Amino acid sequence: MKRWLPHPLFTLMLALVWLLLQNSLAFGQILLGLLLGWAIPRFTIAFWPDRVEVHRPWLLLRFVLVFLYDVLVANLTVARLILWQEPEQMHPVFVTVPLDLREELAISLLANVICLTPGTVSAHLSEDRRSLLVHALDSKDPEAVIASIKQRYEAPLKEIFAC
Amino acid sequence: MLNLALTLAFGLVAAAVGLSLYRLLRGPSAPDRILALDTLYINTIALLVLLGIQLASPLYFEAALLIALMGFVGTVALSKYLLRGDIIE
Amino acid sequence: MNPLIEAALALLVLAGALFTFVGSLGLFRLQDFYTRLHAPTKATTLGVGSLLIASALFFSLQGPGLSLHEILITLFLFITAPVSAHLLAKAALHQRLPSLAKLPESQEDKSDQGA
Repeated sequence: MKRWLPHPLFTLMLALVWLLLQNSLAFGQILLGLLLGWAIPRFTIAFWPDRVEVHRPWLLLRFVLVFLYDVLVANLTVARLILWQEPEQMHPVFVTVPLDLREELAISLLANVICLTPGTVSAHLSEDRRSLLVHALDSKDPEAVIASIKQRYEAPLKEIFAC
Repeated sequence: MLNLALTLAFGLVAAAVGLSLYRLLRGPSAPDRILALDTLYINTIALLVLLGIQLASPLYFEAALLIALMGFVGTVALSKYLLRGDIIE
Repeated sequence: MNPLIEAALALLVLAGALFTFVGSLGLFRLQDFYTRLHAPTKATTLGVGSLLIASALFFSLQGPGLSLHEILITLFLFITAPVSAHLLAKAALHQRLPSLAKLPESQEDKSDQGA
């Protein structure tokens, strides 16, 4: 089973992307999409890093919803800052966030999520993968930024990937 | 109503292209220029989508998708070049 | 076309264009590279996102069936925007660009395997 269908979720996702690309729901396209979704992971599995397991799919769904909401808020916050804040009065700051995550995929997910959420961009992952350098656009309290990242994004990711 | 909105939107995105162009020409540093180029790709995607709605033609979608793909590859290659002084390792 | 739907479309198109514009305005107006980096990565994801929703809505109403392939571009931008922002921030740190915030001590000294 594992050999012949290494990534069932990935197969479904590739099939979905194929259908979106073709913009059609014809039976033939579904079949071709599933075939591609099966063949691509099957023949590229040797190049992949270790597989990860999603332990709590429902939590992942909740995380995605929280994330989408935060993207909306982030856009409005940044737009407000650009339009009405005097550039001289901003308080940009670099903060170092210590990481509890160990899984590579979880860390890169966290870095990506940080980039799309209110006023922060991840800038550098330390060599030992223990801390992430983050640039915040406007913050007077660096501790609060670290706390909110850890509690809002890192804690759920840690539970989802159980690492 | 939609036509008026589209006209306004074209104006706004064109202004956005102008502002990004200013940053692209003015710099002052190489990462600034790359960032401006990346923003220009995104502005172009917006323009193409608007044009697709205006002309009611789905053909522009493909162009927008290609620009999204190629723009990302270009940005990554240029940043890699700044980081390492080399693109292909 | 139903006037209610047309109004929704017009609103989406305007909001999208406005956010795209604000993103470029930030690029133009802000003071140092690291703050400029925030403007295009954030403001444009929502800007292009709502333009693409408008496009999907428009073609779904117009064409024979649903037209959802615009989701692909949105998805793609959501995945790539943070990656390019991260790489650009890394490149800027590598070059020690001047910053309004206090720069952290160099990360490159310890090893050259930064990327």
